Amino acid sequence: MLQKVWRWFDERLQIAKPIRDVAEHQVPTRSASWWYVFGSAALTVFVLQIFTGVLLALVYVPSAAEAWNSLQHLNHDVTLGWFLRAVHGWGSNFMIAVVLIHMCQVALFGAYKFPRELTWILGVFLLLLALGMAFTGQVMRFDQDAYWGLGIGASIVGRVPLAGKPLLWLLLGGPIIGGATLSRFFALHVFVIPGLLIAFVSLHLLLVLKLGINEWPMPGRVVRRATYVREYHELIREDGIPFVPDAVWKDMFFSAAIVVTVMACAALFGPFGPRGYPDPTIIQTIPRPDFFFQWLYAMLALLPPGIETPLLLVGPVIAIGFLILLPFLSGEGEKSWKRRPIAVVTLLLVAIAFATLTRLAAYSPWSPVMDGWSGDPVPVRYLEGRSPLERQGSLVFQVKQCRNCHSIGGSGGRRGPALDRVATRMTHDQLVRQALQGGGNMPAYGKNLNPAEVTALVSFLETLHPTNQVPARDAAASAREGDAR
Amino acid sequence: MSTDGLSRRDLFAKIGLALNVLAAGVLATPVLGYLLSPILRGDRGQYKRWLTLGGLDEFPEGQTRLATFRNPLAGVSDGDTDHIPCWVRRIQGEEFQVFAINCAHLGCPVRWFSQSGLFMCPCHGGVYYEDGSRASGPPPRGLFRYAHRVEEGRLLIDAGQLPTLSTTAKRDDGDSGRCSADL
Repeated sequence: MLQKVWRWFDERLQIAKPIRDVAEHQVPTRSASWWYVFGSAALTVFVLQIFTGVLLALVYVPSAAEAWNSLQHLNHDVTLGWFLRAVHGWGSNFMIAVVLIHMCQVALFGAYKFPRELTWILGVFLLLLALGMAFTGQVMRFDQDAYWGLGIGASIVGRVPLAGKPLLWLLLGGPIIGGATLSRFFALHVFVIPGLLIAFVSLHLLLVLKLGINEWPMPGRVVRRATYVREYHELIREDGIPFVPDAVWKDMFFSAAIVVTVMACAALFGPFGPRGYPDPTIIQTIPRPDFFFQWLYAMLALLPPGIETPLLLVGPVIAIGFLILLPFLSGEGEKSWKRRPIAVVTLLLVAIAFATLTRLAAYSPWSPVMDGWSGDPVPVRYLEGRSPLERQGSLVFQVKQCRNCHSIGGSGGRRGPALDRVATRMTHDQLVRQALQGGGNMPAYGKNLNPAEVTALVSFLETLHPTNQVPARDAAASAREGDAR
Repeated sequence: MSTDGLSRRDLFAKIGLALNVLAAGVLATPVLGYLLSPILRGDRGQYKRWLTLGGLDEFPEGQTRLATFRNPLAGVSDGDTDHIPCWVRRIQGEEFQVFAINCAHLGCPVRWFSQSGLFMCPCHGGVYYEDGSRASGPPPRGLFRYAHRVEEGRLLIDAGQLPTLSTTAKRDDGDSGRCSADL
């Protein structure tokens, strides 16, 4: 009976044969590997994101006045709303992670080479679109991080010469971050970028089917435009298996594992925010971006100010341009990573750079610790047996917010050096000069310290050295004293 | 069927195509206008409306205080996002400086620390002196300053756009020179 119904449909749709052809297309036996599961996993997570995104849109209100409250409503009132939000949020993190791993694998296996250049270029656009989804998604979670994150995006756009202002107003939908901004980011997040993603994913998949999945790279098996296609067809004829069922099971196992992992993270760690209410007059906030933009946050703090604008505006163009041009720069030759040391080293360097920046962003040593001065007392051991003047100096040290940037006893800011041993590095005169005039990235405190405060502060700082280590002394001064004697 | 290369059907197909291109072009004009509306609409002349930050007695001499105002170009769905804070420094008498809350580096909200006389930014470590000039960190310039004036015992500022390097807090200029009350 069921077969009869199916046959009725297929007589009209005539779809069974194309489906079977697609499913059973031959893939190289060795490519049916656990290394080849990331593309399909990305597709699975994409479907999961569309599915959970539509469900969230049933409740979410894309208005600057309502968005934050509707997220609280989702988190606390709607049955399992928190879980759906968590799956969507964790799904987005896994999406970027899987796409990046997929891209690294493709790069290492030389899969972008002839004739798969276009597949790679579409992949680059898919990465950018996925990052676009991540950023606009962060805006959807309309909290303080989203608000000030938009401010950072706006400030970067504001650095564009000449066209800065129109571009900025276009981005924000007006002169300030407000309702119009959220509305247009909502349109980008649920219509424009997903539409482009669906189109590009379809093309990407079509190319994979048309050109065949990349063969397992073997050292010495060199890609040549003249012979590659013939060699590939010989390979899958001699040593090929049908994708379904011989290769697909690994994809299915891995996709299921990813979905289960996303759900486990969602259940264990819960949804992301929303954090503070998006009222710009609440300035007691420390805006931080989501995980996959933390490297950028670190870079924005560490770039030399003088070349920041050109790097911000030209850097992405160069990076994206390089990724797009990559298959044309090395479209032929060895595919195996064993014969491509430059590719391996480049990829490793990029990975290490991203990991380092992300790690740095986790404790952001460049940011003053806003409550450093009021959060922790001066450790008792730095006050024991000290003179009243030195103790007064420790008070100046706290009250003048020195500790927002300098740590002592392991707490405080990391913007400037830790001061636990400062007396071994600087003499009395150098300490006075540094406090009054600043320098080396330290503001000058001359106007905000009276002479009595400076004397007290410096006398306290001069006590900061290990007991068994003599403080720094001014060699020239003692030499002069010696001469005088 | 004609033999000179262009048949009747070809001609009609081409005319049909041209008609559609024409229709798309006509449609594109309002679409483009709609998309560019934030630019074309501009500030609707509202920028030059002076906004009050409060009476002078709310700002003691020699102190820097947070003030808030409602952005004049507010929209219906803005919620509280058009409540904008700024730092008001009353130097003495009617001599004021009004700083934007946004760090000149990348727009994060700077906080005032009266004891050390510094503005500090929580994002990338920008620091400014009490007069708004850059003290350290990545900002390429000092804090953005609003044009202001004193009228009938009230402090007024001219504001309306998010201050960035290309849209400074002051409307028409690049925030050059000192703010003065005679604007």
